Amino acid sequence: MALIGDAVRADLGAFLKAHKEGGPTLDLLVPDVRCAGCMSKIEREVSALPDVAAARLNLTQKRLAVTFRSDAGDPGAVVAALTRLGYPATPFDPGAAREAHDREGRQLVLALAVAGFGAMNTMMFSVPIWAGLFGQELGPATRTLMMWFSGIVGAPCAIYAGLPFFRSAWRSLKARRANMDVPITVGVLLTLAISFSETILGGRDAYFDAAVSLLFLLLIGRWLEHRLRARASSAAADLLALQAPTATVLGPDDELIARPLADVQPGDRLLLRPGERVPVDSRVLSGASELDNGLLTGETVPVAVRLGSVCRAGALNLSGALRLVAMARSEDSAVAAIARLVEAGAQSRSRYVRLADKAAAIYVPVVHTVALLTFLGGWAVGLGPREALIRAVAVLIVTCPCALGLAVPAVQITASSRLFRRGVLVKSGAALERLAEVDHVIFDKTGVLTLGYPRLLNPMSSPVKMAAPLARASSHPLARTLAAEAGAGPLADDVVEFPGQGVEGTIGGRRARLGRAQFVGVDTAGAQTEIWFGFEGETKIRFRFADTLRPDVAGVVASLMARGLTVEVLSGDLAGPVAHAAEMAGIAEWRAGCTPQDKAARIDELSRAGRKVLMVGDGLNDAGALAKAHAAMAPGTALEASQNAADLVFSGERLAPVVEAIEVAESARRRALENFGFAALYNALAAPAAILGLVNPFVAAIAMSGSSLVVTLNALRTGLRR
Amino acid sequence: MNIVMFLAPFSLGLGLIAVAAFWWSLKAGQYEDPAGDAARILVEDPEDRPG
Repeated sequence: MALIGDAVRADLGAFLKAHKEGGPTLDLLVPDVRCAGCMSKIEREVSALPDVAAARLNLTQKRLAVTFRSDAGDPGAVVAALTRLGYPATPFDPGAAREAHDREGRQLVLALAVAGFGAMNTMMFSVPIWAGLFGQELGPATRTLMMWFSGIVGAPCAIYAGLPFFRSAWRSLKARRANMDVPITVGVLLTLAISFSETILGGRDAYFDAAVSLLFLLLIGRWLEHRLRARASSAAADLLALQAPTATVLGPDDELIARPLADVQPGDRLLLRPGERVPVDSRVLSGASELDNGLLTGETVPVAVRLGSVCRAGALNLSGALRLVAMARSEDSAVAAIARLVEAGAQSRSRYVRLADKAAAIYVPVVHTVALLTFLGGWAVGLGPREALIRAVAVLIVTCPCALGLAVPAVQITASSRLFRRGVLVKSGAALERLAEVDHVIFDKTGVLTLGYPRLLNPMSSPVKMAAPLARASSHPLARTLAAEAGAGPLADDVVEFPGQGVEGTIGGRRARLGRAQFVGVDTAGAQTEIWFGFEGETKIRFRFADTLRPDVAGVVASLMARGLTVEVLSGDLAGPVAHAAEMAGIAEWRAGCTPQDKAARIDELSRAGRKVLMVGDGLNDAGALAKAHAAMAPGTALEASQNAADLVFSGERLAPVVEAIEVAESARRRALENFGFAALYNALAAPAAILGLVNPFVAAIAMSGSSLVVTLNALRTGLRR
Repeated sequence: MNIVMFLAPFSLGLGLIAVAAFWWSLKAGQYEDPAGDAARILVEDPEDRPG
């Protein structure tokens, strides 16, 4: 909420985009819209605002596109109107990268449409030919005519629909490797060539329909994989857009300008209100406050900053407003050392060989050898080169990896959809495969075992209600927590905020103060994690806060251990709190005071010992470890760098998604292996049949689509709740 | 048999029309917001209400 409230006050002009025709446009992310009612209410209210020409909500992506009549349009008013309606909104920049990604998706869909058209229409001509195979009347002239028809329709479609595979096969051959696309390319091109020569020579085996429908089935798999990546990347972008939208830059006349983080230059003067995160590495120009470096170092004790202190990007401002001068750009901020760790980790992870590629490495040479032997062997036993070649092509067609191409993507998209509904975002299919192999889990403490933000320890309703009017007026994170606990209600009058101290105001005619112990008038050395409240001259009340454990930690740890996984805590925090959290969670093994390098080194040590580590972390100090680990998860509250380094991102207060993700990943792996097993069995039956010349175009068509159907249905089982 | 020479191109033409229609719908962005389109049908347009 902090971000939303501040966004209303600041200038959002940075997010206005000039449009080709008409006024400037603004894109907003509105995460809470769910139904048709919300949609019509938002569109009606926003369209009614002055200067707004049109507002259209995309319910699938939860994005609102607003077009203004002129440059005078006020984005702040739109955000304010949405906040009033109860839908917090954040401006965001869709970015050019996603557009490019989308173009690839459209090309795939178009190839899929062409292949579908080709498959259906070629099949139309194939049916009479097949009828001829079973002894019905079909003269040789008519058969040849039908074969020509199917060739003229099928071949261009196959060439167009096959382009994605041909390109990929060529790239892989240039790199002197053979991926699954090589046999597909060889198979399709050889099939087309043989089918044409048979048509010209007046033979009876033309496989045009097989070539096109093969590509159609394979393109479905390809497109599913693309969808998985596209959805993951757009959801990840949404999470980050919600998190760190802008920095508030001070203009020459001290006016507030909201600017996207990437546009903040060194030397810019910034305003940092309490509750906001430091946008880029910067130095304090004026003001005094405490910073929570929890996400950076894992430490929970705040650090005091004043004139000249250096603030690192990602730290949370706790008490007073600060004026800062930026020292670095967003990309260069604080992360340089950690970025190197991430890079090293990413390299080791890219060496991981995916299941499908492992299968391809065995499959490609075997199939090609068998086809070649069929040709040579058939020729040797006196079939004649033409018949031998047809049999070799039949081998290539029936064994073509349709089922293999669908086996993994279909499983992974159903698995990730199931996890997506449970609030877990899977960034890639490879992530699921790695997650299934994990045997050791490392948790960070702050923000992973714990919620990462303070909660009230003594929530007695009457004192909370008493202090709430003042708490609502304050922007201090602890006061906000208190206000959230109390719910909606009246506001105190004549509120004065003393930066770094507290707030003072009038409640029911009496002066009251909320803030640090000394500020309220209590003579104790107040800790950072408590605030005091009292009316003038009356007893003071203490509110204590602590970062509490996620509610289901103990259960999650127990069920991980029940699955035979070992669990460990690595934290940058002090030994006391770490030991306490570990004990509460039921974890025996823990290390405190770890630097980012320590964490990464511990993962190296474990992986050298042959362990497959799942790292769950949120801070910048975890980013290196996240990148190095065999699999990595981060909560949705994590910093950008950590979310980028993680394979899976989960949201919500519970830690259960970790167990659930491992469960689904394991079941996905089982399904994928079953599919491979089925494909192997199918090939073991189909290949000998083709070698013996028992396969004609009709049998090939039935066998191919039948095996793909079985594999897909098996994949869908992953999506079922057991 | 001559009817085949007419029917085959005719059916191909129908197929091509279907592909062209799909291509147009893809270009026109009809798959951008399936959930929203499904919900919009339930939203009453104030101008359409019978007087």
